[in-house]
Amino acid sequence: MSAPPEDLGPLAPGLWRGAGRRLLTDRAATAALAAIFALIAAAIIGPHVNPNRFDAIDWGNIAVGPSLRHAHWLGTDRLGRDLFVRTLLGTRISLAIGLVATSVSLAVGIVYGAVAGFAGGRVDHLMMRVIEILSGLPLIFFVILLTVVFGRNLLLLFVSIGAIGWLTMARIVRGQAMVLRGREFIEAAVAGGAGPARIIFRHIVPNVIGPVIVYATLTVPQMILFESFLSFLGLGVQEPQASLGTLIAEGAAEMESAPWMLLVPGVVLAILLISFNVLGDALRDALDVKEH
Amino acid sequence: MHNFRYFFGRLCGAIPTLLAIVTITFFLIRLAPGGPFDQEQTLPADVLANLNAAYGLNEPMWRQYLHYIGGLAHGDFGPSFRYKDFTVTELIAQGLPVSATLGAIAILIATVAGVAVGTFAALHHKSIADHASMALAVAGIAIPSFVLLPALGLLFGVTLHWLPVAGWTPGSAADLVLPVVTLSLPPLAYIARLTRGSMLEVLQSPYIRTAFAKGLPRGTIVMRHALRPALIPVASYLAPAVAMVMTGSLVVETIAGLPGIGRYLVQGALNRDYTLVLGMVIVYSAILIFMGLVADAAIAWLDPRVRLEA
Repeated sequence: MSAPPEDLGPLAPGLWRGAGRRLLTDRAATAALAAIFALIAAAIIGPHVNPNRFDAIDWGNIAVGPSLRHAHWLGTDRLGRDLFVRTLLGTRISLAIGLVATSVSLAVGIVYGAVAGFAGGRVDHLMMRVIEILSGLPLIFFVILLTVVFGRNLLLLFVSIGAIGWLTMARIVRGQAMVLRGREFIEAAVAGGAGPARIIFRHIVPNVIGPVIVYATLTVPQMILFESFLSFLGLGVQEPQASLGTLIAEGAAEMESAPWMLLVPGVVLAILLISFNVLGDALRDALDVKEH
Repeated sequence: MHNFRYFFGRLCGAIPTLLAIVTITFFLIRLAPGGPFDQEQTLPADVLANLNAAYGLNEPMWRQYLHYIGGLAHGDFGPSFRYKDFTVTELIAQGLPVSATLGAIAILIATVAGVAVGTFAALHHKSIADHASMALAVAGIAIPSFVLLPALGLLFGVTLHWLPVAGWTPGSAADLVLPVVTLSLPPLAYIARLTRGSMLEVLQSPYIRTAFAKGLPRGTIVMRHALRPALIPVASYLAPAVAMVMTGSLVVETIAGLPGIGRYLVQGALNRDYTLVLGMVIVYSAILIFMGLVADAAIAWLDPRVRLEA
């Protein structure tokens, strides 16, 4: 059960190659990975394939259903704007929000957690106390506050959503770092004269990357979902821009008369979220040394 | 006795945490530009000055803070700035029972059904039943409530006429069905996944193999021996989930037209209704801290090896 220590490092090709192989033999994970790449590609290229612009109003085709007979393949909304282009644009923005917010929460969470776990003692106690207090606050409140203080800035929205996601990440990394702290190779690094910063970034951080990747993959869909919730409240992306969340919110209001307005972005969002969740689960299984 | 002292200590330790949360919230919300009396038409300066004076907003910040904390010590959450003639205590006392009832039923369903589905999936590991339940669980996590609730309303309310789409009559169970289903689905999905994962791990442990080897029936092994340790991650997950669900869902309550407290936090923050936001934060944090305590007690009960230490 206990893997040899060299199998845990970032330079251990065996673990990573094995994990990669296991991942690719998992059919659900491969499908999820393919779906994610396909959606990313579609979000980048797609809008250029269709002649419509995301904010152009087609007065002759207001709220028409999906059809290949006109230029609006997936129909139009109440203002006659093309849903194919708008959904792909929304996918692009939702994906960007998910990835940027996850990166922010990764960066903050890893550093915070690694420092707390490695330092231990009083510093650790204090840092964990801060996390406890912050997680006692309803985080939606922070985001609302940030949007009213700094205005509706898209980049700020990314960062603030990410800024609320780091608490769990920090807890995970801290737990791992505490275990690593007692290991021989850290002792060797200390004996070799490495400073705390070097030990944290060169020896601790690379060794916690496994659980972090898994959690990050599961954070992306959470962030996308959170953005769509903000957009539902009217605090997210502003017109005429669109995210999957704003499109779904608009679609939900027109569900009885124009169901495709809800279905098109809803299906894309569901595929995206399900794919990331499936991928995260598969990564966890693939990286779990115990099971293999 | 040891346990009693531990929990008493934890409860006392929660007071400074709560105080820190109140303090941070108090000053954070004051950072936001604007005030509670900003409206589309600006008020005449002297009217605004009178309003500010009446609510004590003209005093220095530290005095307002001390005044608020002093009120809290007497259980007074202060008046709402936006809902005129209502105190925050009244608003929360009216809405919390609705939200809490809804949340409690939803969490109960989610826990029972989630554990059942997760255990079932683990016992049929890698079968079609396992894959199907996990696919359902992923869908439960991935479908936002503002899609699910309208969709359910359309199906069961508008098309089938089985249930009311929205509305609230005290005592009517039919009004609660769709909101409760919507609220319970995401936690149900999480609990099913957690239970499946931990159950798979427990089922591989030597003592379970021993139990199989000595010929105990499978039902007994699962119920008597495997379930208890497998529930530990569920207990940790439930603490924040209960706090979240019991304090109401803005989306569900708005769409279903329920008079809960779900909307107060967001509305309060947008309207600069300072006292209402603080009241909501206190309710949420207090439930969260208390549930954390309950979860730790539950974990100590589920796994007797866990030692509670302050």
